[in-house]
Amino acid sequence: MAAQALWRDDGCVQETGSSAPQPSAPRRGRIRGRWRRGPRGSGPLRRSPDDRLAGGVAAGLASRTGFDVTVVRFAFVLAALASGAGVAFYVLAWLLVPAAGQQASIASKAVTDRRGIALAAGLSSLLIVVLLIASVLRAGWLGTLAWPPVLISVAGLVLIWRNAPADEQATMRRLAEPLLSLPRGARRSASRNVLRGCVAIALLCGGLFALLAGHPSHAALRPLGGLALVIAAIMLMLGPWWLCIARDLITERQARIRAEERAEMAARVHDSVLQTLALIQRRSADPQQVIQLARAQERELRSWLFDDRPPGSLDGSGLTLAAGVRLIEQEVEAQYGVAVEAITVGDCAVEENLSALLAAAREATVNAVKWSGAQVVSVFAEVEPAEVSVFVRDRGQGFDPDAVPGDRKGLAESVHGRMARRGGSAIIRSVRGEGTEVTLTMPRAAGERQPSRA
Amino acid sequence: MSTPAGSARDGAARDGAARDGAARDGARPRVFIVDDHGLFRAGVRSELGDEVDVVGEADDVEPAITRIAECQPDVVLLDVHLPGGGGQAVVTAIRASHPGVRFLALSASGAPEDVIAVIRSGARGYVTKTISGGDLVDAVRRVAAGDSVFSPRLAGFVLDAFAALPAAADGSPSFDPELDQLTPREREVLRLIARGYTYREIARELFISVKTVESHVSSVLRKLQLSTRHQLTRWANERRLT
Repeated sequence: MAAQALWRDDGCVQETGSSAPQPSAPRRGRIRGRWRRGPRGSGPLRRSPDDRLAGGVAAGLASRTGFDVTVVRFAFVLAALASGAGVAFYVLAWLLVPAAGQQASIASKAVTDRRGIALAAGLSSLLIVVLLIASVLRAGWLGTLAWPPVLISVAGLVLIWRNAPADEQATMRRLAEPLLSLPRGARRSASRNVLRGCVAIALLCGGLFALLAGHPSHAALRPLGGLALVIAAIMLMLGPWWLCIARDLITERQARIRAEERAEMAARVHDSVLQTLALIQRRSADPQQVIQLARAQERELRSWLFDDRPPGSLDGSGLTLAAGVRLIEQEVEAQYGVAVEAITVGDCAVEENLSALLAAAREATVNAVKWSGAQVVSVFAEVEPAEVSVFVRDRGQGFDPDAVPGDRKGLAESVHGRMARRGGSAIIRSVRGEGTEVTLTMPRAAGERQPSRA
Repeated sequence: MSTPAGSARDGAARDGAARDGAARDGARPRVFIVDDHGLFRAGVRSELGDEVDVVGEADDVEPAITRIAECQPDVVLLDVHLPGGGGQAVVTAIRASHPGVRFLALSASGAPEDVIAVIRSGARGYVTKTISGGDLVDAVRRVAAGDSVFSPRLAGFVLDAFAALPAAADGSPSFDPELDQLTPREREVLRLIARGYTYREIARELFISVKTVESHVSSVLRKLQLSTRHQLTRWANERRLT
């Protein structure tokens, strides 16, 4: 990459304004004139970004040494063609020499770029494998190529690519454009695809040839090398496409997740808060109902925000006692518009007899709400190792349990009967004018007592 | 909302106020309100009405600490959740410099770990924001008089916190039976509070005096604040996780 850049570099002799594409095009006289050494610059060596074709190294060197920039570039190209050392030297200089007007080199920034270093190391190791295979196969120039310059160049270019300032990155991108086959846009991707296809086909042919020529007498690694080339060809052909797809997928997925979260949030807020606000506006004449709606909504919102429990997610399966009591609280409040203050201490899974207890507690709560006339009903449930107790208390008018007409089944059947059938007990204490308390106790099968949730 | 503060109507709080000089204006304790919602502060102010003397407001931790130190109110109504940190930061800072100022925690979320944290840092009680105006006035009076205010919910939290971990008795080095366990009587009192009983009703139920009920509640508060056992923290964390 860098070699080609320098090659073009040499070709586009800037001083003459010539755009001759061939490196041999500059006339001899001019070249000779350039060999004359001009005045030497002073100060430390700096890359010259104003007069750069790649990193401005040659221009910087030229102004420092007094040689013409084209001469320096030509020397670089020669060195690159001869051994590859020119490229390595150029990349190292690009990395280590700060640009004019700046104090820090790219390398000083690159040392903190851990991902860049990892990437460079990974690419280098990959190259080592390729070169190893090539040398084993004695595959012509690949095998004879000097390794260190190649490794240094690749690793250095990766680090420069990741850490160079934006304008230098733009230069690199421009230089690498013909070689980089990453599709960036549909408009210009056709020529790149052709180029990529050609390279891939060449590699594929080489790999297939190596595979087919794999003779028992040859080194055992030979077919392996062919395989590697075939894989490289496939990667080259399909890799950018995969990359592109993966990138699109990630972007699309992130956008979708955001949209879904937003939609879910909007649905929740609509189902709960907005509906309630609308109801409150419609019933603003009835303060009792407004209070009831606000209370129910507050509770629901709180359980969603603080307990991470979506509204209406309490179903029968996996219901715990605390959740069951909370359900009673919410339902009775919503249905009758009287505040229910439920408190649970401890928690446990709801077994069969405990669901009877919950049903009885619900009935007792409904009774209190309907008949006591109290503004608030307290429900207190405590889970103990041997039993579960629920206390339903109101400060209403109270009643005489013995005077309840026989046709009112609520207490007799729903509370007393339910509890008795499961081995529990129900005690009702009521004083006229002071209120009523129903005490429900149910023994529990052996089970763990869990800490309750809020 | 029924809270034991309602039992202030039985006269105990007024006795306490007379006993304790904290309510200097006789029946008008000086109150400071800390809450980040201006609307809520205004609501509390109007609900408290003429019953108390609201001497100041603040909406965050830093201004609260400065202004409370200036005003030196009898009671600070403190929101558990503040943008600049938990309410306990205010309690801790003020109690270090002005031990005479008492705190009554208010919270909308009622998340137990937050409430317990504020109580442990030194607040004298906790009520939910849905408390009625009359009950709030009673609670303020009670706190101003040096008593503690346990809402049924706080009683439930405390029972849960102390009952959830009998493992504390397994010889853990920090275990101090004096501080880390509730006596059966204290447990009974808390249970009745959680069931919605007023202090007077509790006294009648247990055949003790209202004064004794108050001393039990204060003793629970002291244990809650002084107990060093890390189990309290663990309990709160477990509740957050479950």
